[in-house]
Amino acid sequence: MSARFRPGDRVAVRSAYPPGHIRTPHYIRGKTGVIERLCGAFPNPEELAYGRNGLPAQPLYRVRFRQDQVWPGYLGGAGDTIDIEIYEHWLDPA
Amino acid sequence: MHDDDHDHGHAHPAPPDQDGRLSDYQLMEIAVRELLIDKGILTADEVRREVEKMDARSPAQGARVVAHAWVDPAYKARLLAGGTAACEELGIDMGTVKLVVVENTPAVHNVIVCTLCSCYPRALLGLPPDWYKSRAYRARTVREPRAVLREFGTEIPDSVTVRVHDSTADMRYLVLPAQPVGTEGWSEEQLAALVTRDGMIGVALPRLP
Repeated sequence: MSARFRPGDRVAVRSAYPPGHIRTPHYIRGKTGVIERLCGAFPNPEELAYGRNGLPAQPLYRVRFRQDQVWPGYLGGAGDTIDIEIYEHWLDPA
Repeated sequence: MHDDDHDHGHAHPAPPDQDGRLSDYQLMEIAVRELLIDKGILTADEVRREVEKMDARSPAQGARVVAHAWVDPAYKARLLAGGTAACEELGIDMGTVKLVVVENTPAVHNVIVCTLCSCYPRALLGLPPDWYKSRAYRARTVREPRAVLREFGTEIPDSVTVRVHDSTADMRYLVLPAQPVGTEGWSEEQLAALVTRDGMIGVALPRLP
């Protein structure tokens, strides 16, 4: 598996709204975060949902976002974060 | 006349029968199950045994892992580095689950949610509670985690980072709560009794001794 990003890299989640079985939550599309870790490579769920094999496996990352940059008017500590698992093809360098 | 004589002119409420119309998904489950059995791919007994196995899992498994991590720093390090392998070390069948363990510290409080469905570390915690699957919990925990935690009676000071984990894909999550002060030297069994399901989801703190 060749992973495009490393822990600490800044990434932006694609602002895309394709139909189908997408595991990238709407609320995080278009937001910028930092790679927390590479989880490994897994068959692409967008393909698996339609009975295909999902190969080649896609690198999956945990990406950490600052809550005050995800939610306007977020109530809580400035250090609060949310970690989300996102497949590589949903991420661009930022 | 004795107490359980029901010939006395008023009705007792009966528990509701679940005999309303089946939903599309319930029908689909029955159809697929019957086809698998008819075609000899599964037997009815195998299906029953899997359900029995599912129902038998409980948060006691997770509590055992947490208590072991509290008494054994080297084990805790392995658990945080690779949750699945560390649970298997204790003889827990993790199946294909990839577990990420996140640690509560004086500076960080972790809480788990699955906004897309209801992903949950069943091997360690059993079946998820209904509230974990509710739209309200799923939508609000990412947006206003501190308000949700407060409703569970868990007040996190602003000086402590609240770290939400949205379980969106192939990982499953377990919170490793902080060991309560005053329990140093306790046995693993005593410590495990302080660890609750809600504490391992991150909506509560461990019981105090």
